[in-house]
Amino acid sequence: MRIGVVTFPGSLDDGDAARAVRIAGGEAVRLWHGDADIHGVDAVVLPGGFSYGDALRCGAIARFAPVMETIADAARGGLPVLGICNGFQILCEAHLLPGALTRNQHLHFRNRDQHLRVGTTSTAWTNVFTEGEEILIPVKNGEGCFVADERTLDELEGEGRVVARYARGNPNGSQRDIAAITNAAGNVVGIMPHPEHAVEALTGPSLDGLGFFTSALRHLAGAAGGQLTGGATR
Amino acid sequence: MARVVVDVMLKPEILDPQGQAVANALPRLGVSDVSSVRIGRRIEIEFAGEPDLDTARDIADKLLANPVIEDFSIRVDESAGDAAQMSA
Repeated sequence: MRIGVVTFPGSLDDGDAARAVRIAGGEAVRLWHGDADIHGVDAVVLPGGFSYGDALRCGAIARFAPVMETIADAARGGLPVLGICNGFQILCEAHLLPGALTRNQHLHFRNRDQHLRVGTTSTAWTNVFTEGEEILIPVKNGEGCFVADERTLDELEGEGRVVARYARGNPNGSQRDIAAITNAAGNVVGIMPHPEHAVEALTGPSLDGLGFFTSALRHLAGAAGGQLTGGATR
Repeated sequence: MARVVVDVMLKPEILDPQGQAVANALPRLGVSDVSSVRIGRRIEIEFAGEPDLDTARDIADKLLANPVIEDFSIRVDESAGDAAQMSA
């Protein structure tokens, strides 16, 4: 399974995201912001960082990158897309996910290992978790405060589209402790903390982040098994 | 010179922690009668020819403001020509 990882000018975590894909057992394909071709990948990760220096608003310029036009179209067609941190901000700016990420309420950049409670597991990126499971992955952001109007928040909760909530303390003031959400179809997920930094014991606080990447591989294997009898891989 | 000015402000219901931080600093300046500060962004767009409000509105709507959290207002800056000549 080939999972694309996009590099924008100012991306920081593209290397770690590609590495997480490989550790999970996938093939990482590096994608470039200026290239509209996504080279037939089966899924895409939009990594963390400061694309275009966070000019104007985080993710506002990246949304118009040539690669994003292709990814947005493919995402509407069901391509699994995971946006991490700045990637989450880009997905919101591109209107692939509702709401917006704003300045942390306390104005401090927050960098720590963060407990999360997993919400819905019926997404392309969380199907190996158990609902209600507590996981520990790093969070590091200055503009991670998730906001949306009350109706949107009710809708997200009512439709089971909250993918994870902050547990044991909210690091940025996000409404209803929301750390990650999905679109209605479950193929697009945005998460503020960084699963790609929790994939091996040497550098991460846990291996809990790996589940996001193995979920995508399982999702893709299931889709391929449905289409190609005998579960043949592409 | 044809300048269009776009003002972008957070919607009233969106918390503005930067504005609050500024408001909280005002007593240090000896100012005690300010009840609220909110911070926005002013963008000046220079057109080569006549100011095109429709295009400016399109730019503001698609890029300069995020309609989920921000409102914008737009106007032609009539003084832009004089100012440009003065500074030239």
